[in-house]
Amino acid sequence: MSGNLTLSKIVKQKTITITEATKRIADLGWTPSYFSEVLKYPTDYKVEKAPKDPMKQVLRSYFPMQEEKDNRVYGALDAALRGNMFRNVEPRWIEWQKLFLAIIPFPEISAARSMAIQSQIAPGEDLRTGYTMQMIDEFRHSTIQMNLKKWYMENYIDPAGFDITEAAFGKCYATTIGRQFGEGFITGDAVTSTNIYLQVVAETAFTNTLFVAMPSEAARNGDYALPTIFLSVQSDESRHIGNGHSFLMSIVKEPENLDLIERDLRYAFWQNHAIVDAAIGTIIEYGTQDRDKNKESYAELWHRWIFDDYYRTYMLPLEKYGVKIHHEDVEEAWNRIVKKNYVHKVAQFFSFGWPVAFWRIDGMVAKDFDWFEAKYPGWYNEFGTYWENYVKASLPNQPPLMYLDSGYVYPHRCWSCNVPALIREDFCVDEVEGELYTYCSEICRWTHKVAFAGEYNGRQTPAMGRFSGRRQWEEVYHGWDLADVVKDLGFVRSDGRTVIQQPHLHFDDSKMWTLDHFKGLEVRSPLLDLRAMTPEARKQHIAEYRAGFTCKPI
Amino acid sequence: MTQNNQQSGAAGSATFAGSDSRRYNYFDSQGKRATLYEDVTVDVQPDPTRHLLQGWIMSFADGQPTYSDKVTALKSSDWHVFRAPDQEWSRTHYQRQSHIENTIKMVVENARSDGAPGRFDPGWVSVLQDQFGALKHAEFGLGVALMKAQRDGMTQMINNTILTNASYKLRLAQDITLYLGDIGLDIAVDGDAGKKAWLENTAWQGVRKVVEAILAATDHLEIYFAVNVVFEALVGELFRNGFIMRAGPVHNDFVTPAVVSAASSDYRQNLANTLTLLQMLVNDVKHGDANKKTMTGWLEKYVPLCTEAVGRLKAVWILQANGDLKFDNVAAEAKHRFNDILAEIQISLPKGATL
Repeated sequence: MSGNLTLSKIVKQKTITITEATKRIADLGWTPSYFSEVLKYPTDYKVEKAPKDPMKQVLRSYFPMQEEKDNRVYGALDAALRGNMFRNVEPRWIEWQKLFLAIIPFPEISAARSMAIQSQIAPGEDLRTGYTMQMIDEFRHSTIQMNLKKWYMENYIDPAGFDITEAAFGKCYATTIGRQFGEGFITGDAVTSTNIYLQVVAETAFTNTLFVAMPSEAARNGDYALPTIFLSVQSDESRHIGNGHSFLMSIVKEPENLDLIERDLRYAFWQNHAIVDAAIGTIIEYGTQDRDKNKESYAELWHRWIFDDYYRTYMLPLEKYGVKIHHEDVEEAWNRIVKKNYVHKVAQFFSFGWPVAFWRIDGMVAKDFDWFEAKYPGWYNEFGTYWENYVKASLPNQPPLMYLDSGYVYPHRCWSCNVPALIREDFCVDEVEGELYTYCSEICRWTHKVAFAGEYNGRQTPAMGRFSGRRQWEEVYHGWDLADVVKDLGFVRSDGRTVIQQPHLHFDDSKMWTLDHFKGLEVRSPLLDLRAMTPEARKQHIAEYRAGFTCKPI
Repeated sequence: MTQNNQQSGAAGSATFAGSDSRRYNYFDSQGKRATLYEDVTVDVQPDPTRHLLQGWIMSFADGQPTYSDKVTALKSSDWHVFRAPDQEWSRTHYQRQSHIENTIKMVVENARSDGAPGRFDPGWVSVLQDQFGALKHAEFGLGVALMKAQRDGMTQMINNTILTNASYKLRLAQDITLYLGDIGLDIAVDGDAGKKAWLENTAWQGVRKVVEAILAATDHLEIYFAVNVVFEALVGELFRNGFIMRAGPVHNDFVTPAVVSAASSDYRQNLANTLTLLQMLVNDVKHGDANKKTMTGWLEKYVPLCTEAVGRLKAVWILQANGDLKFDNVAAEAKHRFNDILAEIQISLPKGATL
């Protein structure tokens, strides 16, 4: 054999170029002439230009690539078990995964359904392969996450909570936030939901905190499985970000779309901030045992991923197309995180509500206090007493903290984002169609009353969705006995009496709470109580609520 | 220091209430023990009739919630009973799709290295260019219709099975496109001829008409029914198996039949999924009769369209030289298979409809 003759030269074969391949594939579509397609999910946007395919990939290379990614993921899970990962994993961390992994598969699969909607409204077929890949990617994400959770359930010390995961997702006081997130991808105006809310904001901005920042924290807590899976998930997101940007570019040049883009960017950015920062911020800051002061806090991560990476390089350039960007909203979201302690207040709420959770919430102790104080100066003054109370009340020798005189006031819930109104001074109320509602912030009030309505800026918006149904978890159980609530939720272990949720990490029956400890304690809905008040009493209640509270030692 | 004194987070390192509860316990598995497919699929899409305590919390302007069983004419006492017999979840889907793509790649590469396309009968090359080229648009249209349909089912099991069906169809459309492009580097194949035939050739106008009818449908289960019960049985398989796969070899073409052969196995899998769902619906004690009536109505709509499509497509069979391959024979096989499918779901051709 000649020295110049190599195997690659022998087998080398010309195939059509990727440009030609994608061109021919885009030409598979046609304009029907025998029957007209009905637009099943309408939009108020003008959508006339075909979005372009920024990725130029075809399915014959996509499927083998994804199979290989899966092989690496599942191989890593096997390796983690062989390396006894669970012997060293931090239970404080894994417990929070019971919440997070209960939530996330539904938004993922909703994103797959979302592609049914967007691919129908997008003119032309250039982006069809992009939509197809996103549809299958999201199918991958939901099932891979269900599989990770099953793996935790099989190998972690306390499987309770993982074992009821999807039932818990449908019932829990905290997962309702995630349902708002997932339903937002597929309900209402087709462009608002699938493009702006899902692709332009959730995927382009907030998946970085979800799937990049969180894996780093997992690894710090001895969990090598979650980073493997989530970084693999994130590697698919660039396709989705590309799809979203391409579609956005196809509608942004239509002048009549500008006010709708402004509306939807405002709603989507604020609600993504309210929901994702609440959940992921809490899990990263309060689910960790790693208190290395050199690592970035959630606020620092937010500044990097959301402010620098998204706001500056993605949102701001939209101004050149005439889109009005609400800089003050981004500024206010940042203020909520660094000045108004949003994430800390969410963690406080989640932990206060532990009797109706389905995971264990470990208390914060001295080592945690030091780290929080270093990263968020003033933290101890505002939250120290609360967490000392929490740990003090963690064993079942008195009622749960929620029923002790600790100064903490169970919050009103926001009708819009579904996170409670935790920044008390920003709490507001309004009437929509004759009914009183509560909100965490002015922008959430605007979202419900102004954005999600049949008219916007003097134009009809018949395709816009509505906030509906029994949105406030608390009203479902208003006036119920806590023991009956937890039984109805199904948050009870296999012995029929010990509750799944515990405010500690003691894996010891003698220290675990049972239904008996919850008997005689009433659950109330702050909203229903507020609606039942006289106008004067309501006014006074709102003023007191806005004034806030001070925790006192129990 | 943490409140926790536990040294290990591993299963079995302590015994307490619930410490041995290591299976998802919120759904009934179809068999004795839940399969991996069930574990990663069941209840991911919630439902107010099961665990969704607050119901759907968003709606469309007309009040229709995020998911509604009103969007299909079929009814079920319990949508959640359905399990797809192919048990596909993402990993098995990628494995199967990847396997098909790699097989096609190997077959086509080997054939091209051997100069096989250059030995195809010239007349057959025209058939591939025009007729096989037209088929890719039909497959694409069905894939698009199914992609749209995977939004609306009442369970994750239903929507995912429609999703994988869409994925198979769209892959097939791309496989044909790229195959014709690749062999077009070795022999003269006009890349635009297939679309021209699809849009203008009389033989294909019946097929285009029925595909457009399916694309125009808004009921996701009507689409799923029309594709797998009617179109594939009467038209899709007829052309792929009854023409391309059987006529290719006599024209020195062993490659195209191999490229298209995966579609048969795709269809068998998708048909099994479809029939399992439809059997559940026709056997529903409360809604079975009404469901049969609805499906019969869909037959009234799609059978004449498919019959017309087959009647027009018949002209293509004269373009091949396999003396043993008669249109009437393969059409009879298709009709036989179609009747078998209808028997599986206990419905029959409506009065006046003929094949």
